[in-house]
Amino acid sequence: MTMLYDEALDRFEPVLGLETHVELGTKSKMFCGCKTTFGAPPNTQVCPTCLAFPGALPVANAAAIESTIRIGLALNCSIAEWCRFARKNYFYPDMPKNYQISQYDEPLCFDGYIDVEVNGEPVRIEIERVHLEEDTGKSTHVGGATGRIHGADYSIVDYNRAGIPLVEIVTKPIPGTDRLAPEVAKAYVTELREIMRSLGVSDVRMEEGSLRCDVNVSLMPRGASEWGTRTETKNVNSLRSVERAVRSEIERQAGVLAEGGKIVQETRHFHEDTGTTTSGRSKEEAQDYRYFPEPDLVPIAPDPAWVAKLKEALPELPLARRKRLQAEWALSDHDMQAMHNADAIDLVEATVAAGAPAADARKWWMGELARRANETGVPLSGLPITPVQIARVTELVASGALNDKLAREVLEGVLAGEGTPDEVVERRGLQIVNDEGELSAIIDQVLADNADAVEKVRSGKIAAAGALVGGVMRASKGKADAARARQLILEKLGVSE
Amino acid sequence: MSAITRDEVAHLARLSRLALTDDELDHYATQLDAIIESVAKVAEVAAEDVPPSSHALPLTNVFRADEVQPGLAPEQALSGAPAVEDDRFRVPRILGEEA
Amino acid sequence: MSLIRKTAAELGTMVASGEVTAVEVAEAHLDRMAEVEPKVNAFLHVDRETTLEQARAVDARLRAGEKLGPLAGVPIAHKDIFTTRDMPTTAASKILKGWRPPYDATVTARLRAAGLVILGKTNLDEFAMGSSTENSAYGTTRNPWDLSRVPGGSSGGSSAAVAAYEAPLSTGTDTGGSIRQPASVTGIVGMKPTYGGSSRYGLIAFASSLDTPGPFARNVLDAALLHEAFSGHDPMDSTSIDAPVPSVVEAARTPDVAGMRIGVVKEFSGEGYQPGVLARYHEAVQLLESLGAKVVEVSCPSFLTALPAYYLIAPSECSSNLARFDAMRYGLRVGDDGTRSAEEVMALTRAAGFGPEVKRRIMLGTYALSSGYYDAYYGQAQKVRTVISREFEAAFHQVDVLVSPTTPTTAFPIGERADDPMAMYLADLCTIPSNLAGNAAMSVPVGLADEDGLPVGLQIMAPVLADDRCYRVGAAVEQALESRWGGPLLKEAPSL
Repeated sequence: MTMLYDEALDRFEPVLGLETHVELGTKSKMFCGCKTTFGAPPNTQVCPTCLAFPGALPVANAAAIESTIRIGLALNCSIAEWCRFARKNYFYPDMPKNYQISQYDEPLCFDGYIDVEVNGEPVRIEIERVHLEEDTGKSTHVGGATGRIHGADYSIVDYNRAGIPLVEIVTKPIPGTDRLAPEVAKAYVTELREIMRSLGVSDVRMEEGSLRCDVNVSLMPRGASEWGTRTETKNVNSLRSVERAVRSEIERQAGVLAEGGKIVQETRHFHEDTGTTTSGRSKEEAQDYRYFPEPDLVPIAPDPAWVAKLKEALPELPLARRKRLQAEWALSDHDMQAMHNADAIDLVEATVAAGAPAADARKWWMGELARRANETGVPLSGLPITPVQIARVTELVASGALNDKLAREVLEGVLAGEGTPDEVVERRGLQIVNDEGELSAIIDQVLADNADAVEKVRSGKIAAAGALVGGVMRASKGKADAARARQLILEKLGVSE
Repeated sequence: MSAITRDEVAHLARLSRLALTDDELDHYATQLDAIIESVAKVAEVAAEDVPPSSHALPLTNVFRADEVQPGLAPEQALSGAPAVEDDRFRVPRILGEEA
Repeated sequence: MSLIRKTAAELGTMVASGEVTAVEVAEAHLDRMAEVEPKVNAFLHVDRETTLEQARAVDARLRAGEKLGPLAGVPIAHKDIFTTRDMPTTAASKILKGWRPPYDATVTARLRAAGLVILGKTNLDEFAMGSSTENSAYGTTRNPWDLSRVPGGSSGGSSAAVAAYEAPLSTGTDTGGSIRQPASVTGIVGMKPTYGGSSRYGLIAFASSLDTPGPFARNVLDAALLHEAFSGHDPMDSTSIDAPVPSVVEAARTPDVAGMRIGVVKEFSGEGYQPGVLARYHEAVQLLESLGAKVVEVSCPSFLTALPAYYLIAPSECSSNLARFDAMRYGLRVGDDGTRSAEEVMALTRAAGFGPEVKRRIMLGTYALSSGYYDAYYGQAQKVRTVISREFEAAFHQVDVLVSPTTPTTAFPIGERADDPMAMYLADLCTIPSNLAGNAAMSVPVGLADEDGLPVGLQIMAPVLADDRCYRVGAAVEQALESRWGGPLLKEAPSL
């Protein structure tokens, strides 16, 4: 039986570990010149090397080495002065050579850390190693009931993905997260993804598998000093799944331990549909990988001067950038975190760059547009509207050509595909009423129709003017400038504030 | 005492994906035992402080530029395959983990 | 004199001058092959038409005025471990029976570019593992000197083809002696270049850190011409050296050892060596001294541990290199009845497709790399490798080249060592150190052993990238001995 999360955390402390694989966005594969385009027809991006034809040899991609070192530097790692590739030997039809070229005890980057924020609190995650390896091909399982591996009649294999450079980033064990373990795991993967993006080394699309995560979890009774046996959950392919996988594995392990059971060191698989994990192959009967230095490739000895140059040229990293923007935009931690969670920072920054005041840019993206994104189930960046268009709308509001209500209508029009903000204003006739004569006529009519309110205002109850302004706005179908209308009403009634 | 047992040889055969018969296992167990005893002579060289050599020559930093080179057409890639389906290599059912 | 008795250099000159065509030269050799192959069995694959097509193309290129190298139009026998687009490539294994590679090895491509005409693919010990060609899945090659004896190995098809005048040149690969030992026991010249001096791309890997392509020929100059034709930097092989090919042809034309310092390896002599081998070896050393070389004895004690180190390193690498033969993408597939798993089909195929020596080495390598054994075996062997390299370095401070017998005995009878792997492994005792250290080494014929009348080879070892020294010393020995014998040693070979 699984145990409820809160109860599990009352009794046990979790220790996390995360292994993340990032497919680099190089033009060619890790050890051959084949293309790396996602979704190409099967076996069209293959050659003797990545198919492991007899006699073919690997040659390492310089750009992949450079990207890995940049990742290591961004994660505050030391860079090896000398290291080698190693062969990891195991038989699997996805893996043409039946060994994976990887790194073993000499990773390219090691001993780093990244800082993430969870609920506004900083958490430092230590990085054990960052190393370079190659991806496998892809099997499709044919026959059987579910198309899954179990019960399949046979499989068909496409090796287009085989040999794409893969960077593996391994954390040191992360104790002390307590109840926030799932949030910490998610925050870590989110931060890592943003770092990869800011470095431009990968498109980090979890849904396409260019960022994949294995989650290690162990539990120990509260107050214990020795860590429990860990499991490794694979197949965790979205940020939400990272959170769910940690939570579900904590609940499961707590249940096992509470019943006096033992945790088996094993690989488990996460299932998106149920949000739970199931047992894979037990590590006890797992392979002896017989790692040894790859004789077909020579050692890597990065020139320290070159590494220093790479370090100097690193872009501003996401956390530092968020801190800077938060200060520039004068936002609270809470507001900044909300923008981060909503993936709105890039959009707001671009909107500000297009000329909008930060407060207005934030207001639109986090308000009206976030609501729309939420309703339609697309990410903010997926809405059919650009930062430049938002900037134009704020400009129209600032100039008095639009008020907020009209601006919302303009956005609606843009989102509906009716054109640019200016085109929507034109087509829907949304200009604010600036003609004093027209406004004056509307006001006169409103005053005439609302004798009671007029009386109240005249008698000094200036607050009653709000009703009259509302009447003007209604009569003008929202196109009137409310402030100007109020001014004129008071003028006409001979009252001053 | 023998350097390697028949059970160990059976384990090596499994790790190496070699389906050996009982007779073969017996035969290889005897031979491997003699060979391992003989190669164990490497231990006689005093080499505690000597670094191991994985390569014949001390080359470093051999890379290729990140450029796309023409590969094989699918027909060429699949030309020697024992079985093909939908431009993919058809293989017997795979045991073990879902990759 | 018939075309098949000419040297490669002569044939190249004759074709270039138009005295004969490449087609005529190829036909003469194909005819010779048809005559002697039933006895020698040097080739796994011969296709007269493919060969003549290549020869016609070379003739056309020459007629069109294309500038080809000195070996244009010269036929060559190609070890069946290099991939070839137009011929099957099997590594003498059942597991690759009939496999047609969609690409040429770099060595193959360079032979074609230089205008050499490939006569066929030669026999070898399966995946180059062996010293006799008895481990071929397609029958043993026989030594042209005595058909009841082995031609050496693993490149035994290549050595026999040249010794039997089926081809003036052939290619080989040398992982532990697989060029030098067969050259020695068939009375021809065989050269293992510096590791990384010739490309491994398209060479079906046995032991990646040791495998080295090299030439066979009936004389030192021809070997140098072939060496130059296919060697040099290859960007497709990460372990290829980006440096000019040592001037081997010039060295082969400079048979002069006056003032050279020659080191006799103390450890490679005495017990276990055939008396006739030692007699010819000592004569050769005296000959070098008489030609003005300064001969000193050099002790390299760790060389005696090279053999066990090699039989850990090579099998370890091979256990991994041969994992790709798994019945999934190419080659043999056994037992796929629709119910068996991929894992079972792999194991059945590999059991059926690999011969006993290959299986032995795969299991030995798997053992040596296993956790718990790694440090004692593979790790220690790599340290021994360092010690051997250092002993070579120290020796080459004292001398310009080292010499030893190439192999302790002359060609042994077919079947004699087939069931005794340890006895078979001894054939490579003297050749292995140079594979571990990566330096250049050659075998040149130095006469016949008195007791059996079979050829004996002298091994000449030179520092990394000093391949030219092997050719210089080899040429000097060859010139002096041929003038003593009144012609090449092969003249003594019984006619087939």
